[in-house]
Parts: sequence; C-alpha cells; structure tokens
Amino acid sequence: MKYLCLIYSDESQWPKLPQAETETMLKEYGAFGESIKASGHWVAGHRLHPTSSASTVRIRNGKLSTTDGPFAETKEQLGGFYMIEAKDLNEAIQIGSRIPGAKHGSIEVRPVWEVPAPVA
Amino acid sequence: MSDDAAGRARETVDAVYRSDSRRVLATLIRLLGDFDLAEEALHDAFAAALEQWSRDGVPAKPRAWLVSTGRFKAIDAIRRRARFDGSLTEIAERLESTPPPDPAALAEDIVDDRLRLIFLCCHPALPPDAQVALTLREVCGLTTEEIAHAFFTRPPTIAQRIVRAKTKIREAAIPYEIPERSALPERLGSVLHVVYLVFNEGYHASSGETLVRSDLSGEAIRLGRLLVELLPEPEAMGLLGLMLLHESRRAARTSPAGELILLADQDRSLWRREQIAEGSALVERALTMRRLGPYTLQAAIAAVHAEAPAAASTDWAQIVALYDILVRADPAPVVELNRAAAVAMRDGPLAGLTIIDAILARGDLGDYLHAHSARADLCRRLGRVAEARASYQRALSLTRQQPERRFLERRLREIDQM
Repeated sequence: MKYLCLIYSDESQWPKLPQAETETMLKEYGAFGESIKASGHWVAGHRLHPTSSASTVRIRNGKLSTTDGPFAETKEQLGGFYMIEAKDLNEAIQIGSRIPGAKHGSIEVRPVWEVPAPVA
Repeated sequence: MSDDAAGRARETVDAVYRSDSRRVLATLIRLLGDFDLAEEALHDAFAAALEQWSRDGVPAKPRAWLVSTGRFKAIDAIRRRARFDGSLTEIAERLESTPPPDPAALAEDIVDDRLRLIFLCCHPALPPDAQVALTLREVCGLTTEEIAHAFFTRPPTIAQRIVRAKTKIREAAIPYEIPERSALPERLGSVLHVVYLVFNEGYHASSGETLVRSDLSGEAIRLGRLLVELLPEPEAMGLLGLMLLHESRRAARTSPAGELILLADQDRSLWRREQIAEGSALVERALTMRRLGPYTLQAAIAAVHAEAPAAASTDWAQIVALYDILVRADPAPVVELNRAAAVAMRDGPLAGLTIIDAILARGDLGDYLHAHSARADLCRRLGRVAEARASYQRALSLTRQQPERRFLERRLREIDQM
C-alpha cells in the first residue's frame, strides 16, 4: 500500500527559528529521508515553498479562475510530503511518527487510492 | 432422525453460538480479511451446523468445524459472485490458494484472534464513538438496536458509524494484528479507554431519568475479564479491579426512590463482598507488577474505601498518598479535584477548599458540575452558607440528570434551614 504523509506546521514560525535549530531540523530530515530510502519505504518526498507562493485554480461554468494563496486558510499549513510504501496503516503511522515535523506540527497519513491492475 | 435428536442439536448449536460465535468470527475475519464476508460466513456456518449436527451428530471440535465450514462457505459465495464481478476472481483465488488452517494451531490462533479483533475495533485511527460501537457489535455481539438503545440514539446512527469504521479499516488498511511491544502502551490505552467508557456509560448515564444502565456495565466487565485473560497487563487488571469495585456498590448508591446516595452515606452491608474481594485481589496483583498506571491507582483508592467497615474509619491518609501518586501519573484537573476532597477528609474542609479554589482560579473545571458541588459541600461544612448556596446553584445549572438534580435541590433546601 502507498500512503501520503502530509506535513503540516505553522509556517510563520519557520523564519523565526534560530539558525542552529534550522540546521538541526534539515539534518534530521536528511537522515529520515536516507533511512526510509534504505529500508525501502521511500517513494517520493519534497518540501514545499510557503503558502504565500500558492495559487488556487478552479474552473466554474467553463471559466478559469486563478486566485492567490492556498485553497483554505488554516492555522497549520501543508509544508511538505512523503509518499511511502508500507504494508498497512500501523506501519505507515510508525513511519509517519518518525518524520521530524511530527514533533512540532502534525502529520496527516492518507492511503493512496490504488487502481487494481487490469486482469490480463 | 427423531425430533429429540434435532432438538438436542438445536440446543447445542444455540449454546455454541452464545459461547463461541465471537471467537469464530474473530478467526474468520483473519482468514477472510474482511468483516462483512466473515459475518456472512459465520451465519452460513451456523446454518450448516443446524442441519448437519442433527443428522451426523456434533463434531468433536465444534469451533474448528465452524471455522473451516465458514471459510468454505465464504469461498463458495465469492466464487458465485465472481461470475458477475470479475474483480472478485482474484480474492477467491487468493483464499483458495491459502492452505486451510491447521486444526492444532487453530486453538492458539483463536485466542490471538480475539485480541486482534479487540485491538482492531479500538484502533486510535477510528473515531472514539465508532470504537465503542464497533467493539460492542463485533467483540460483545450486541445488535445495532441494543447499542442504539443503550446510547439513546437511533439504530441507523449506530449502523452508519459501524459502516464508516469498516470502510476506513478497509481503505486505510488497518491491520488485523496484535500491536508490537513498542506500540502496546498506546494501543492498550486506547482499548482500556473504550472499555471504561462503556462501563461509565452504564454506571453514570450521562443523561436521562435512570442513573444506571447495568447492561453496559456488565458488558464492560465481561470485556475487562476477557482482556485480563488474553493480555495480563497490570493496567488491564487495574481497570477490571476498578470496575468491579465500583460495581460492588451499585445497590447502595441509589435509594429505592432512585435518589443518589453518596459514598459516605451508603449502607455498606449492601456492598457485594465477592466483587470487592475479586477487585481487591486484582489490585494487589497489578501493584506487584511495579508498573503503576492510573487505572491501578484509582482501583487501589476504591479498594481502600471498600476495606473500611464504616465511612468514619476510612484510611484517608492512605487515600491522599495514593492520589499524590495518581496526580503525577495522570495530571488531570479532575484527579486534582478528587485529591482535594480526600485532603479535606484528612486535614479538614478548609484545606480541601483552598485546593479547589486554586483549580477554579486557574480556569480549570469551571463547567464541571462536581467541582462546584464539592466546593459547595466544603463551604457548607465550614458554615459559609452564602458561598455554599451559590456553588450548589452553579452545580444545579450544570446537571443533566434527574437524580443529581434532586440531590442538589435537597442540599439547597437543607442549607436554607441552617
């Protein structure tokens, strides 16, 4: 099963972090990424630019509208994600809990809708 | 075949259904990997038993017979449906290619399967009300109607909760397994919480006319026993002990007219000694395991009360000492409030009142009825009538239960005569 781990945290706190803490955090993320690559759980993962860089796109009545900002204003924002391969939700939760962001923000774990392979 | 034989077979099937249907279900869920399929297979297996056992006699191992019959019935059913829905072919093939369970290993597996089912139903990734409904439905075998009745809600609401929970179990792939050692404390905590919620719902109904819905408490105690049998962890013992010690006072806590009677005023001859003995023994066993958790500590406090032949001979010093540890293990304002009440008994009402006022001043428990009724009681004992009246009135404004309401109104009348 594939699971998407969405990392939410208060992005306004990011620039306020002392340099040393930012570096520690980045090192922790680096180590975490390496460890899930080595264990075969890694599928993909990226950090995102802050929501100030987001654009939201919709088509209504055939008309395109583009607006500035994320689709919803929330206290904690999506700041990055990992796509992982795990045998079940318990393993996915266990891996999700090791994402450094779990210590200050929240990790939403979502199963990926997998389309069964067509029967040959 | 004589009618007698048929009647006896029916009785046996009924008895096996009552004693073993949940165990058979738990194993079928593992073998089939699906709740609904397992429930269907369970019913098919019992229907087959009714027919075959009256003809051929009861098999030597009825439980194993039911599991393997259920499994074959499920494979048949999927095969039939696969003719119309090609996506089921794969499932049928997977089930058929898995070898049937070895009867010798089955006995042991069945024990583990019950535990797997409990952990699945109480998985923290499911909403709490769904955990409760699913546990009562699947582990205890209550019907949707019975659960709805116990929680004063409509059967479709409960049915929907259960369906949603099953959908999440399937979609998010919540596994059917006993958690590994490192995850056990969190996961066991979630199970114990569900059991205690069920017990409390039966013991202190949160709303309505009757104060006690004993069926739910009985169900929770049965669950607690099962848990101690399957997984003898100290907190599981502590919780079972706690529930038994509370339950032992059931007959003493309300008057025949349905009025609430406080612990100090209860007729202790009505307390059930065998439940106290069993509860206290569990507390002792849990205490020797040296991992003190909140349930064990609360049970130990209840055991000290149970040991006192009269309210006046209660060992308050020991109770306060236990609360001191409990506050550290579980620093919740409600625990502090209970500790304050014990301190008041050991050191006098003023000492208790000082602690309660500090909790309220901090902004905690402002909407908690028992904080105000406890405060009112201490003020009354100190002769501060106006303050007592205000606190009783505040408590009264927060109550949703008739017996509690009547109790507080009685107290208000009493202080007006002071």
